[in-house]
Amino acid sequence: MAVAHGVASGIGGIRAAGDLVARMQVSKGMRLPEAKKYVAEKLRASVADIADPVKMDEIREDLDLGRVNAIPGAAKGIDAKFRIAELLGIEINCVNLFKKRVGWKG
Amino acid sequence: MSKYATRMGDGFPVEMSDAEIRKDVEEGVADAAKRAKIAPLSADHVRYLTELFERPDRAVGVERGNEVILSYDSATTKFKRGNVSVSKIQSLQIYERLLGADILELAHIDYSFKPVKPIVVFEQPILEQALLMTIPPLFYGAMPNLGLYSQPDGPCPNPGDLLPKGLIAEARASYAEQIEHSVKDMSYVASSMYEAGADGINFDTTAAAGDAEFFATLKAIEGLKKKYPGMCVQMGMASEFVLGMHGELFYNGVRLAGLYPHRQLELAQQVGVSIFGPAINIVSSRSLAWNTARSATFIKACTDIARIPVHACVGMGVCGVPLTLTVPIDALTRASKALVDICRLDGL
Repeated sequence: MAVAHGVASGIGGIRAAGDLVARMQVSKGMRLPEAKKYVAEKLRASVADIADPVKMDEIREDLDLGRVNAIPGAAKGIDAKFRIAELLGIEINCVNLFKKRVGWKG
Repeated sequence: MSKYATRMGDGFPVEMSDAEIRKDVEEGVADAAKRAKIAPLSADHVRYLTELFERPDRAVGVERGNEVILSYDSATTKFKRGNVSVSKIQSLQIYERLLGADILELAHIDYSFKPVKPIVVFEQPILEQALLMTIPPLFYGAMPNLGLYSQPDGPCPNPGDLLPKGLIAEARASYAEQIEHSVKDMSYVASSMYEAGADGINFDTTAAAGDAEFFATLKAIEGLKKKYPGMCVQMGMASEFVLGMHGELFYNGVRLAGLYPHRQLELAQQVGVSIFGPAINIVSSRSLAWNTARSATFIKACTDIARIPVHACVGMGVCGVPLTLTVPIDALTRASKALVDICRLDGL
């Protein structure tokens, strides 16, 4: 079912900007059009671009937000989320916990 | 007369004429509108649905630009249920990297809050580790599943035994006790997983056991949102109709028995739910055209008034998806597309 839904109507997660749009729903309760517009503005992209995996792969590479493919040295998990929290201006629970655990002073 | 290949609610193939499909769409819309006292779909939407179920395509999709957020209830259990030997963290990585999930969800195979309570200390490190390795929002999910609090599975007398004997007061007293246990368990598990770093908590199939379960879930969520204002709470329902197993439970002055999705949403918003998931049960003896039209009518009444994102539960046996273990692509993609296009959903 996941594949069928993804093909039919999904933004595509980290293939595009689906996780970023989801962050705005999760953190700020934005409905979809507002969330897409907000993310597009933060990425300096168009709303159409944020579901385009080709455009978004370049943007994610430039901003080091995490990509599908295993690229040495590229952000992959918590490091990507640090950048996402800063880019989108949101709090991410596990990022704040991580900072606390490592004694982050940054 | 041309016949079009489509399916019944149980997934079995059937051929229907244009007139039959159109009639089913109209009847599905009318059924929902009458039951919930909501506006029917427009003539344009009826035509859209009729044409959708006449298309010969194996898979259909939304137009570019109309894509929505996808989350997957009990995601990590799906691989186990498919007999695929991967760990929970591997499952999450597969959803993240290979299946394009926008929101991930960690879950216990016994997907209810009560069985998670004794093993929560084993779930937390998995979540913590998964959060280090994944990028999309990661929720922890479980079902309120009030039935687990009745004998023989739980401590309370079983209302299913009491009600046929006419012991209504005793059954209601049992529900009150079950609610207390359930709220404690949901609050404990949700707090533990949020403090371990979860981005949100998913209360799946809420009100499956009726109004008492809906009451317990609303109460648990209200308490959790007071304790953790930043917690994202997703509430997915079990049905379009809250069964009045207790019958006299009210929340914020609203009787819970008999609530349809748009009224369920209103209460959800009041207690601080962040994402609401309506669920419309399939009637397996009716066609998918009837079921999808009915689902769209109920759900549009939600999205028209929602202040929070609405992620319809479009899975097996709900919201236009056939009641079958192996869901056909033609059926699923039609449900997916129809509900996004008509209802302007925020996610699925």
